[in-house]
Amino acid sequence: MPHDHDDLTPPGVPHKHPFQEDHPEPQTYHQLLGVALHEVLIEKGVYTMDEMRARMERIEGVSSETHGARIVARAWLDDDFKAKLIDNAFAAIKLADMDPGYAEITVLENTPSTHNVVVCTLCSCYPRSLLGRPPAWYKSKSYRARVVREPREVLAEFGTPIPDNQDVTVHDSTAELRYIVLPMRPAGTEGWSEDQLATLVSRDSMIGVARASDPE
Amino acid sequence: MSNDPRRIGPHDLGGLLLAEGEKPIDRDEHDFAYWERLVDGLIYVLGAKGYPADTAAFRRAIESLKPEDYTNLSYYERWAASAATWCTELELVTQAELDAKMAEIKARQTAGDAS
Repeated sequence: MPHDHDDLTPPGVPHKHPFQEDHPEPQTYHQLLGVALHEVLIEKGVYTMDEMRARMERIEGVSSETHGARIVARAWLDDDFKAKLIDNAFAAIKLADMDPGYAEITVLENTPSTHNVVVCTLCSCYPRSLLGRPPAWYKSKSYRARVVREPREVLAEFGTPIPDNQDVTVHDSTAELRYIVLPMRPAGTEGWSEDQLATLVSRDSMIGVARASDPE
Repeated sequence: MSNDPRRIGPHDLGGLLLAEGEKPIDRDEHDFAYWERLVDGLIYVLGAKGYPADTAAFRRAIESLKPEDYTNLSYYERWAASAATWCTELELVTQAELDAKMAEIKARQTAGDAS
């Protein structure tokens, strides 16, 4: 195989071929298995590297700021949109020119009497089309085990104590049904634009472990 | 609770008192290694092509991991194991091809190059 590497290794000194320069090498059996599967699927023409790159760009282009928070801010401003969102989130998200993904989505509206929080006790199902890839803690064993058993303690750990007179409802996601929380609009935001409101809506507030931020 | 007969498998964690004890949730954010992004991506690229036919096949392969594997493997290692299972079942790849490729990658990582 011809070598046209331009690196700093002196001539004659052996050097390794990194899997990807400056990034952690796959080490364990299962890490190598994942990479091997990808390479064999490409070699056999099941998909192309361009398709893989496009997929990575697509998921990495989704963030809670540009997607989920826009939906929430729009719902705060537009009662008609909010009604559609709660009735059929999949259709409403399309209406907002976003890709709802492939699974059904249900929007959970927080109210003064009910706070909603989302988990996937069996794995990591998550509204990726609105929030991107799930954070590590959402996939962790302790979040999945505990939030259904002691949601108020878990929420307090996240800095979100829930008053005794507010119910907490925990929603367990499935592969076919994802949830996103519609947090309550903070006081003091009268007259704010959609752009301004969206800055108050964090990823965690749409999972339900936080509230929307108060205006500074 | 960990021996609760109602548990449907090692992935069924809701409400469980964890064997390693109660501990606060590690809220640190994390980045993804390139191999993790590849495994994440291949699930969706294949999904868009209709493989596997439904998410149940993907879930079944993860949920049938041995309990010790489920506990000890990292998140995307479990996904890799699941994807390899159903890709083999669907005859998109063979285990022999995967074994050969893994050996090739390891050789690539360690091969001295005197060029």
